[in-house]
Amino acid sequence: MESSFSSPRNDTFPAGLRVLVVDDDPTWLKILEKMLKRCSYEVTTCGLARDALHLLRQKKDGYDMVISDVNMPDMDGFRLLEHLGLEMDLPVIMMSVDGETSRVMRGVQHGACDYLLKPIRMKELRNIWQHVFRKKIHEIRDIESHESLEGILGVGWKTENRKKPDRNRKKPKKKKNRTESLIRSGSDQYDEGYFLSADDLTSSRKRKDVDNKYDDKDFADFSSTKKARVVWSVDLHQKFVKAVHHIGFDKVGPKKILDLMNVPWLTRENVASHLQKYRLYLSRLQKENELKSSCGGMKHSDYSSKDAQGSFGLQNSISIQQSDAAHGSFKVSGDNLVSQRVGTKSHESDIEGIVSEPVAEPKKGSNGNISDPQKTRSPQMDFNNSYAETKKCLIGNVPDSQKISTPQVHPSHSIALVESEVNFTEFESAIPTKYSWNEIPLNKAQKPLIQLNSGFNKPPLPGPHSHFQVDRVQSIPSISSRPSTAEEDVTGPAKSKPSYSECINTQGSHVSPSTTDSFPDQIKSCLVNHQVSEAISTSTANMEYQGFNLNCITDLESAQRNLIMGSASPFASLDDGFQICWYQGDCYGMNLGLQNIEFPEYNDPALVSEVPAHLYDALRFDYPCEPSEYSVMGQGLFIS
Amino acid sequence: MEGNSLREQVAAMRQSLFDEEILDKQFVQMEELEDVHNPNFAEELMTLYFRDSSKLLVSVEKALERPPYDANILDKFLHQLKGSSASVGANKVRIETNKMREALKAEDVERTKSQFQLVKRAHKTLKGKMEPYFHLLRQAGPADAAQPPE
Repeated sequence: MESSFSSPRNDTFPAGLRVLVVDDDPTWLKILEKMLKRCSYEVTTCGLARDALHLLRQKKDGYDMVISDVNMPDMDGFRLLEHLGLEMDLPVIMMSVDGETSRVMRGVQHGACDYLLKPIRMKELRNIWQHVFRKKIHEIRDIESHESLEGILGVGWKTENRKKPDRNRKKPKKKKNRTESLIRSGSDQYDEGYFLSADDLTSSRKRKDVDNKYDDKDFADFSSTKKARVVWSVDLHQKFVKAVHHIGFDKVGPKKILDLMNVPWLTRENVASHLQKYRLYLSRLQKENELKSSCGGMKHSDYSSKDAQGSFGLQNSISIQQSDAAHGSFKVSGDNLVSQRVGTKSHESDIEGIVSEPVAEPKKGSNGNISDPQKTRSPQMDFNNSYAETKKCLIGNVPDSQKISTPQVHPSHSIALVESEVNFTEFESAIPTKYSWNEIPLNKAQKPLIQLNSGFNKPPLPGPHSHFQVDRVQSIPSISSRPSTAEEDVTGPAKSKPSYSECINTQGSHVSPSTTDSFPDQIKSCLVNHQVSEAISTSTANMEYQGFNLNCITDLESAQRNLIMGSASPFASLDDGFQICWYQGDCYGMNLGLQNIEFPEYNDPALVSEVPAHLYDALRFDYPCEPSEYSVMGQGLFIS
Repeated sequence: MEGNSLREQVAAMRQSLFDEEILDKQFVQMEELEDVHNPNFAEELMTLYFRDSSKLLVSVEKALERPPYDANILDKFLHQLKGSSASVGANKVRIETNKMREALKAEDVERTKSQFQLVKRAHKTLKGKMEPYFHLLRQAGPADAAQPPE
């Protein structure tokens, strides 16, 4: 068995996979060691979690994966998992003699690749290499999709970067090990399977910038951004944490952290991604407590729609663009979500992660600009998706209440949007905090309705309403430092939506008769949103959202959006546009639906003022979403 | 050769261990892991197991000496015991340990204590059977292993 190590890795992958086994039971350690050796893996055993961490920190690239027991005396297996996730991007498999669903879920939530039940059989161990492989592939994909050169890339990247001009900036030592040799020799260790993606990249890089998309993208990015995969060593992480604490969670942002850390080769993106992870970690801790109460799911609806970018990101980004303050936070949350999404397997976790993010976020405040450019891009791009997805989420997941994560965009769902509103009501039940929304929207709805029909007379957004909105808005992005509790925030948005629907439904009479069927609901929600937004004026988040909405509107059908957006002042102007939009129907309903979803967040009277201009420009918002998508959706919606 | 009849004996003993459900198929896994590097893997593991589990049983005994009983720490011990029993295929011990855990969760002190007696007994039975088994096994010797018969 061991002898197989001598053969070139490429040919024998997954042979030679370097596994670190952590278990306090010596009997198990021996058995696992033996089994793994039988699989031709390179095994290192550890009886204590802290020893394992120590080993891993010493040799960041020294292992390909970790198998850990859940119950250990010195440290909970899940804790270890968190650390591993934060500090190094290794696939971790949890194992336990206990197979309760709740435990397994915890494992997955904490980021475990797999959860094995003891007694473990040989055949189960034979396939663990797939996790390593998969991770590499996903990382590459993430890089592409996110266009963020986070240290998602695996070891290969690091080394690869090293080779590139700028590589020297980052920590060379560890990465070097395998990847570099890999690159150089072409096949060092896992070469083939393991470093598949990395290998491609590196090899392409070596030869030339081949059509390896990753290569081009990443390499270029790497070179240009001068950052290579960063390995967050303990020291680095400590610096990071110190910086974060120094700045204060409320105001933390990648840029600030970066400045404080004073590490020349570190880029803001590195920090941003790491910050996300860190937030996730913290939120997870928090979430564990709030899990029951918070309606993570709700939030998810917003976010879940997007896998990678997550509509969340979109929204966040957009809103961020709108306003500085909130930007950071939102983006972060978006990012977090996104990254969350990407990494996590289960939606639940993602959602929760996302939700928790906001929860955690408030304290941190806005982070500032986390790769604004990226955000800008993604929002736009995602916008469409997110919209669609949001809708979807609403529609699809509503029943789940907790999980709104169905990021597929289906035009047909647009119709569902309307339904989703109804569904949201479900959420409402799930989300205890935002019930107030229902009330408010109702009131508001009334107003808006009227306005809608008559051409919005500036729905007066009562103060209290605004509060809700604010909260809701907050909750969605949650990043902005909204007063509402994180949970509430999180749930807020979700709630708001349902409430909207409720309002709408209740109000239904108003709207429907006046406008097209599909619209009424939408409108109502929009109106409500508007009203709320007005009320919210205080919240910056709104502003951001508004901006966001604006953008969305343009994309969708603009007109409708405008309406929604400009709940406050723009109403007047909106009226025209709105009415027009409304009657044009198609996507409006859709848009509205979407809007509704988003709106809670965006309510911001301030934004509203901006809206008018936007409104009329409608389609000409700065962020050109793809109208086509929306139109499709609109049509779908229209069916209602 | 005598090895044959010895081996037959060993085989019979082994089979009865399974039949009585004292051991489960995890034990077979251990046996399968034996090779030139670890010819007596199963025995080594069992020895390790007995060493650790005996200590655990003593700890549990102590924890149950007088009230108030720390349920958390008791559960921790029991979980450990369950885990290691599962690792070597000590079926009965594992089952009884699990029952004890349940009694503990149900906060049934009496049942926990009485169940503990069953755990101890199962453990003792296992030890009592494994030792002669391995002994005989060594005597019979694997066909290709150079084990001097005792």
